[in-house]
Amino acid sequence: MATITMTVNGSEVSAEAEGRTLLSQYLREGLGMTGTHVGCDTSQCGACVVHVNGQAVKSCTMFAAEAAGAEVTTVEGMANADGSLGVIQQAFQDHHGLQCGFCTPGMVMSAAALLKDNPKPTEAEIRDYLEGNICRCTGYQNIVRAIMAASGQEVPGAIAAE
Amino acid sequence: MHNFDFVSPSTVEEAAAALQGDEAQALGGGQTLIPTMKQRLAAPTTLVSLTGIAGMSGVSSDGGALTIGGATTHATVADQAGAYPALAALAGGIGDPAVRNRGTIGGSLANNDPSACYPSAVLGSGATVVTNTREIAADDFFDGMFTTALDEGEIITAVRFPVPQAASYQKFLQPASRFALTGVFVAQYADGVRVAVTGASEGGVFRWSEAEAALSADFSAGALDGLSVSADGMIGDLHGTPEYRAHLIKVLTKRAVSAAA
Repeated sequence: MATITMTVNGSEVSAEAEGRTLLSQYLREGLGMTGTHVGCDTSQCGACVVHVNGQAVKSCTMFAAEAAGAEVTTVEGMANADGSLGVIQQAFQDHHGLQCGFCTPGMVMSAAALLKDNPKPTEAEIRDYLEGNICRCTGYQNIVRAIMAASGQEVPGAIAAE
Repeated sequence: MHNFDFVSPSTVEEAAAALQGDEAQALGGGQTLIPTMKQRLAAPTTLVSLTGIAGMSGVSSDGGALTIGGATTHATVADQAGAYPALAALAGGIGDPAVRNRGTIGGSLANNDPSACYPSAVLGSGATVVTNTREIAADDFFDGMFTTALDEGEIITAVRFPVPQAASYQKFLQPASRFALTGVFVAQYADGVRVAVTGASEGGVFRWSEAEAALSADFSAGALDGLSVSADGMIGDLHGTPEYRAHLIKVLTKRAVSAAA
C-alpha cells in the first residue's frame, strides 16, 4: 500500500491505495465519493467518466497511481459554489435527461468535456461524443436535448420546463 | 485483478531497466491491458508506466515525415497530426472520446490486436517503429495476431510515418466493441500504392498485394473491379463469416480509394 495524493474538485486529498487500485475505487472507497458510478467495469458504459487534468477518462480503466498529482474533477465538483445545480446538471433536470440516474454522472462529465472543446455542438456531434456513454433508460433523446440546452442552444421538440 | 508494483519512470533508460524484472510489463494508456488484467488474462508483478516519460509524447513533422511519440494518445494524434489527415482521422475514430484520451499508439502497436486500427496505418504507410534499441520497418514488425517483432522489455519510443500524396482509412465498425470488423488503409506514394487490411485475417494486419499492383497502375476504385479476396484464413465469428470479411475488404478498399483520390 502507498499513499496517493491528488487534487479532487479543487481540494488536495490523500488515501491509501494498492498498485491495482483503480481510480474509480480510489474515489468511491478511498475518499467515500460515490457520485462516480461503476457500471460495467470493462470500459464500455462510461458511468465512471471523470476528468483528469481536464480530459474525460473512464476511471474504471485507469489506476489511481496514474492519477497521482493530477487534477481530478468528478460529478461532485459540477455543482455551483452555493450547492445549487450547475448548468449541465440543471439542464438534465429540466429536460428529464435521466430516468434511473445510474449513467448520469458519466453523462454529465462527458457533456462537460464536450462543451469545453465545442461550446455549440450539433445534435450529431453530441450523439457522436456520447458513443462511450451507455444509457439503458432514456433512449438518449432527452440527454441530447439537455446538452443542447446546457450549451444555450434551441432544443428542438422539447417540452418547455415549468 | 492480481496486485502488482506500480512504477512510473521518468526516462526510457529507467523504464527499460524496470522492464528487465521477471513478469514486468509496460503500461501505455491501459485501455486494453487494464481490462485484460481484470480478467486475469495478464498478471504482471510489476507494471511500468510509460506515460510519464518526457519526450515520448507528441507529434512532430519534418521533411515529409510525421513522427509520433510512443506514448502519444489517440486524442492528441487526432488533434495534432494535421500534416497526415488520414492518420489523424483514423486516430479520431478509435474507441470513444474517453478511450482516446488514454490509449496510446505505442500500446496499440505493441498489442497488435487483429482488429485494431493503428496497425493498418503503420503497415499501409510503410512506417518505421522506433524502439529504445533499434528501428523496425512496418513490414517486419507485425508477426501475427497479438504478436510483434518486439523483444521482451523493448519499448516503442516513436513511430515515423512518411506522409503520402493521398490516403484514406475506411472501417466497417463493429458497433458493440467499436473495433474494426474490417478496416482498410490505402496510401499513395510516389513509388506506389500500399493497401493494408485490419480486422479480417486470422494472421492479423496484412497487405493486399494484388490491389496494390492494380492501384499503382491506376489509382481509381474501378481498378479493383476484377479482383477478389479469398475467404481462406479470414476471421469467422458471430459478427461475420470469413466470406463476409473477404467481401468487405474489397468494398472498403474501393471506398478508401474514392475518398483519397
